[in-house]
Amino acid sequence: MNRPAMPNSFRTGPDEQGMFGIFGGRFVAETLMPLILDLEEQWNKAKNDPEFKAELENLSTHYAGRPSKLYFAEGLTRYLREVSSAKGLGGGAKVYFKREDLNHTGSHKINNCLGQILLAKRMGKKRIIAETGAGQHGVASATVAARFGYPCVVYMGATDVARQSPNVFRMKLLGAEVRPVTAGHGTLKDAMNEALRDWVTNVEDTYYLIGTAAGPHPYPELVRDFQSVIGTEARAQMLEQEGRLPDVIIAAVGGGSNAIGLFHPFLDDKDVRIIGIEAGGRGLDGVEHCASMNAGAPGVLHGNRTYLLQNADGQILDGHSISAGLDYPGVGPEHAWLRDSGRVEYEPILDEEALEAFQLTTRVEGIIPALESAHAIAHAMKIVPKMDTDQIVIVNLSGRGDKDVHTVAKMLGMEI
Amino acid sequence: MTTRIDRRMAKLKSEGRPAFVTYFMGGDPDYDTSLAIMKALPGAGSDVIELGMPFSDPMADGPAIQAAGLRALKGGQTLVKTLKMASEFRAGDDETPIVLMGYYNPIYVYGVDRFLADAKASGIDGLIVVDLPPEMDEELCVPALKAGINFIRLATPTTDDKRLPKVLENTSGFVYYVSMTGITGSALADTAKVSAAVKRIKGHTALPVCVGFGVKTAEQARTIGASADGVVVGTAIVNAVANVLGPKGEKTADPAEAVATLVSGLAQGVRSARLAAAE
Repeated sequence: MNRPAMPNSFRTGPDEQGMFGIFGGRFVAETLMPLILDLEEQWNKAKNDPEFKAELENLSTHYAGRPSKLYFAEGLTRYLREVSSAKGLGGGAKVYFKREDLNHTGSHKINNCLGQILLAKRMGKKRIIAETGAGQHGVASATVAARFGYPCVVYMGATDVARQSPNVFRMKLLGAEVRPVTAGHGTLKDAMNEALRDWVTNVEDTYYLIGTAAGPHPYPELVRDFQSVIGTEARAQMLEQEGRLPDVIIAAVGGGSNAIGLFHPFLDDKDVRIIGIEAGGRGLDGVEHCASMNAGAPGVLHGNRTYLLQNADGQILDGHSISAGLDYPGVGPEHAWLRDSGRVEYEPILDEEALEAFQLTTRVEGIIPALESAHAIAHAMKIVPKMDTDQIVIVNLSGRGDKDVHTVAKMLGMEI
Repeated sequence: MTTRIDRRMAKLKSEGRPAFVTYFMGGDPDYDTSLAIMKALPGAGSDVIELGMPFSDPMADGPAIQAAGLRALKGGQTLVKTLKMASEFRAGDDETPIVLMGYYNPIYVYGVDRFLADAKASGIDGLIVVDLPPEMDEELCVPALKAGINFIRLATPTTDDKRLPKVLENTSGFVYYVSMTGITGSALADTAKVSAAVKRIKGHTALPVCVGFGVKTAEQARTIGASADGVVVGTAIVNAVANVLGPKGEKTADPAEAVATLVSGLAQGVRSARLAAAE
């Protein structure tokens, strides 16, 4: 892979065409083109409007509960220092969690949904549609739709409907209509196709609330900007609590919205090592994983060019992950660009490693992390024991794991 | 430079009748059957053939074409085979224009330059790539035009007068007007609205305007053909194939014959369009 020239700043993208290097863009049907151009125009106005900003901040504080805490994970730190000692290394960095799990609705997804519902309101839209994998974005979408009085339709793969039933019920309680999608493997990719089909049909009144930092421009940019509150807060909190920046920051990457939200404010801090974690599933040798940046190739899907899991004929593969939120064969275009530029490292974590991290965090921290976040913790478990005790790692705890207890019980062979 | 599409459209214009454009899915349900369907189309009354390139994630297509694409992929169809199908057809028919229709990713993965060279050599005359709007023209549209292949753009009800010139700028062969906002196979929009839209587009271009999405019957084809330069039928043809496949994909009748019967009936509707309009 040719490495693009090192830019002066990693924080200036995308360009006017919505490109991050060769990634991103606007690969959509003509029917949708006027809509995304309109969205771009409205977004450009909104982001410079103090009133919009003030309304979003007010909701973030009083409705979502921001800022989320930056928590020193003492139990996990102690455990990993013991691991380090046992290996004769005598190290072990301090681990902090950025507690997005404490937000209203239980994950980082609310950050983006609040921003986009205010955009939808500005644009005079009457109906909200969304796609969801784990159901976290579906719940967050249904929540803001309820709060602002919009009808909401959530597309969700039939497989995910089955493995995330608590979230399906939540969405229904919130007044959303959940439409199961049976095409393909019935996961996030198929839900996104169906949401796009709805949008192309109902162009007049419908706002498509995309849940991750992917899709046609301007979605990757605007979702990133709404999620960047994570990194902006974490950076300031770290400076306040430790008087310095962290050595390593880690986040799980499905489409990549929690990760880009944490990473973006740190991209120009050259001494901060940034690691994104992909779902390694049952291993990268076969097709049962979702590690598009480690085992995929560039291609065009869902409105953008990015790394995709695909065959030699350009047909998209379904992939696999224990975590419904990471079960997507692509990734946001900015991550693809950050990968090729070398600024961010992307590593895979297997299902079983995530499961171990899930259990360990629950036991030593009293926090049940989402399986997505458990992937990031699992990578911290690998590298922290090899680091020095005066080093610091931030892991994005992107969501809470209550929704995953059924999946985990099944994996562990228990009935609940 | 004129292409087979330009020549065919000019000829039909001189005959005073609209073009009948037929879409079918390449490789559905298998290569040989699909090639037989393709070969049967001109004789049944098709003036222009749209050869569908299957894609795993057809975001602008309804259930019928989604299912046809999956059947084709299951049957082993690839872009390589779709091009081979075109060249096998071309060996026996050097007149009927072939337009490849599908999504960008298989072409991107194949490699744009290699694809254009191979498409040209296979006798392909035009391309319709659903997910390449004019904003992405540098990807494939501009190289295709340089290679002497028409790039046929979709115009939709959301393409307003301000945007139309941008959409038409690099369009050649014909303009494909999508009759409604929606996916393929939905119900046909109000035909009065469609003919008003065709008139609006013709105010911006000298290119022929063909109308598709939602045309299923000879009567509809006749109504649309009264104002448009061409009528596109896709889902109905794909359904004709699906209707002669059993639950396990086994053929209960000859798909090529089923398609030919349908297309003959529709062609009569298209051919009588101007006569009807003149009455």
